Amino acid sequence: MAGQLTREGITLKGSAEIVSEFFFFGINSILYQRGIYPPETFTRAQKYGLTLLVSTDPDLKNYLNTVVEQLKDWLYKCQVQKLVVVITSIDSNEILERWQFDIECDKTVKDDSVVREKSPKVIQEEIRSVIRQITATVTFLPLLEEACAFDLLIYTDKDLQVPEKWEESGPQFVSNSEEVRLRSFTTTIHKVNSMVAYKKIDS
Amino acid sequence: MAQFVFENDLNSILKLDAPITNAPLARWQRKAKEGGCSSTNTSINTSVLSPMKAANRSHSSSKTPSKTPGKSQGKLQGTPSRVGGDRFIPSRSAMQMDVASFLLTKENEPTAQSPTKKEQQKAWAVTLNGFDMEEAKILRLGGKSLNAPEGYQNNLKVLYSQKATPGSSKKPSRYIPSMPDRVLDAPEIRNDYYLNLIDWSSQNLLAVALNDSVYLWNYLTGDILLLLQMENSEEYISSVSWFNGENYLAVGTSNAEVQLWDVEQQKRLRNMVSHSSRVGALSWNNHILSSGSRTGHIHHHDVRVAQHHVATLSGHSQEVCGLKWSPDGRYLASGANDNLVNIWPCVQGDSAEFAPVQTFTQHQGAVKAVSWCPWQSNVLATGGGTSDRHIRIWNVCSGTCLNSVDTHSQVCSILWSTTYKELISGHGFAQNQLVIWKYPTMTRVTELKGHSARVLNLAMSPDGCTVASAAADETLRLWKCFEVDPVTKKEKEKARNSSKSIIHQSIR
Repeated sequence: MAGQLTREGITLKGSAEIVSEFFFFGINSILYQRGIYPPETFTRAQKYGLTLLVSTDPDLKNYLNTVVEQLKDWLYKCQVQKLVVVITSIDSNEILERWQFDIECDKTVKDDSVVREKSPKVIQEEIRSVIRQITATVTFLPLLEEACAFDLLIYTDKDLQVPEKWEESGPQFVSNSEEVRLRSFTTTIHKVNSMVAYKKIDS
Repeated sequence: MAQFVFENDLNSILKLDAPITNAPLARWQRKAKEGGCSSTNTSINTSVLSPMKAANRSHSSSKTPSKTPGKSQGKLQGTPSRVGGDRFIPSRSAMQMDVASFLLTKENEPTAQSPTKKEQQKAWAVTLNGFDMEEAKILRLGGKSLNAPEGYQNNLKVLYSQKATPGSSKKPSRYIPSMPDRVLDAPEIRNDYYLNLIDWSSQNLLAVALNDSVYLWNYLTGDILLLLQMENSEEYISSVSWFNGENYLAVGTSNAEVQLWDVEQQKRLRNMVSHSSRVGALSWNNHILSSGSRTGHIHHHDVRVAQHHVATLSGHSQEVCGLKWSPDGRYLASGANDNLVNIWPCVQGDSAEFAPVQTFTQHQGAVKAVSWCPWQSNVLATGGGTSDRHIRIWNVCSGTCLNSVDTHSQVCSILWSTTYKELISGHGFAQNQLVIWKYPTMTRVTELKGHSARVLNLAMSPDGCTVASAAADETLRLWKCFEVDPVTKKEKEKARNSSKSIIHQSIR
């Protein structure tokens, strides 16, 4: 992965790797910042010139790696449309928060022969501001008072063969929600727009 | 004449009966037309097409739905309503005749959909579901969701319902008054985390920026002086900083100016413009005034020369809110909204460009609280914002984090005591308290409560005894928290004298 960043120009494979790596760190940041898992199960990691927190829980790590690996494959085939992190209350099963990452794939890029001109440094800078925004959201998102679980949804093309262990799901929206758009970044092959929806507090 | 009147009446009645070409469609017509749409989203259609008012009216008037399609609504309203019904159906009002007839007629209608209707349905689906059902599917990895361990409680909940600052509390070995010594009003103080609004001079003048004015409060006499006021009432003061030793005050403003004021003359000496956005942080190092701006740039101004802008430090991508020169003038520490702490040398490197000697990325929130240890020149304390809540102690030479403590609240300001080996920090939600910490163990000595909104800035008196806190509750509170105990003071002096004599003896 490090070798990918030092090379100038972006290929489809490299782009898929950058984006899936972003999701790995982004999801970890959400889980830490929103307090879904105990903070002591996270460890610090240096990435994008930031100190990020990554889970050390073996089951959770395994789960995230499986999803991210599959996502990378789909990103490479340009079959992904969205990735959604849904946060639900364990007791009431109510959906409290929904982080949506819209992925725009450039479907004209078919294989690795195409090399796009964009400095990895600039991409990293863009990713850094998205991750910072995720960190900063705790200041306005309502407190998750009850114990919560999370789920990852991936929107794919209709003609995709559903792999083993995967199943179809509903969109799982937050009812009565407020939305905040966050920054976006692009590798020129994949563009990721982020947004968070949360339950409106009745006042 | 009478027959003409009759004829006119007759005409008008006939006209009413005939379909009106330009009139809006009758309700049943509109309903029938939009029928297809209503099946996709009933709730919206009912709210738009048949508001409650209309529905109520049709109930009370108990009119039979018109069978003749040509009849207009105007005519229907003109017919006197037959209250009480007829002998076959005594109470027609209980029956929703028009709804029934609409459902009957609609059922017979062919459900052929025009291409535009299909398009409309698709648009509805996209707006309702966020995606087109026909072009995407949603997948999730099967299996049970991974829940946090039993009994785990969200740490943020612990944070916001906590009773006191954590960290093993140490019984204070000295008396610290828990009430403020004095409370001053600070009307219209800007509740903005990124500004630095108070500073205490060595002449015991406390400079306070209240929105568009700077006031000086004399601690000894209690006199208040209005030093300056912005010309444009939309502009405001974003930072103040005293020049060490003398009566000069540097003022940063929202329109990107850095002004230098002579307090004795009450005159502006200089107006230095080099930034492009508001100046939220200032710090002096001899004749060099460093200013941090919303753009993330830090400028060095040499206040003695005409070309005041001597250097630009670009190491932050967002607003600089904490800026302090070390007491020995070797390093400048800067904290910003991009969660970074940079340590800058006082001279530039070989490439004639300033590059930070250290960059600390560990904070997870904006860093406003930055303070140098007065007795160890390379030790720095920093505090992070709401998303971080940690105080960290650094050795800037080695770049190591010596200690860190989770304060469970936004850290707005930190000061080191000059009399004790202690630090004081100002906090925001939920307690809005000041906390005194023992260094280097970082155990909590005491908490000072009283502010009803977050503490914005702290300043220390020149004798090191009193700390002033400015808070968003529009008050300034003065805490005599570092007062030297007269007994220990005497003992210390005695010890100093005796140690002196020992040295003298040993030299002899």
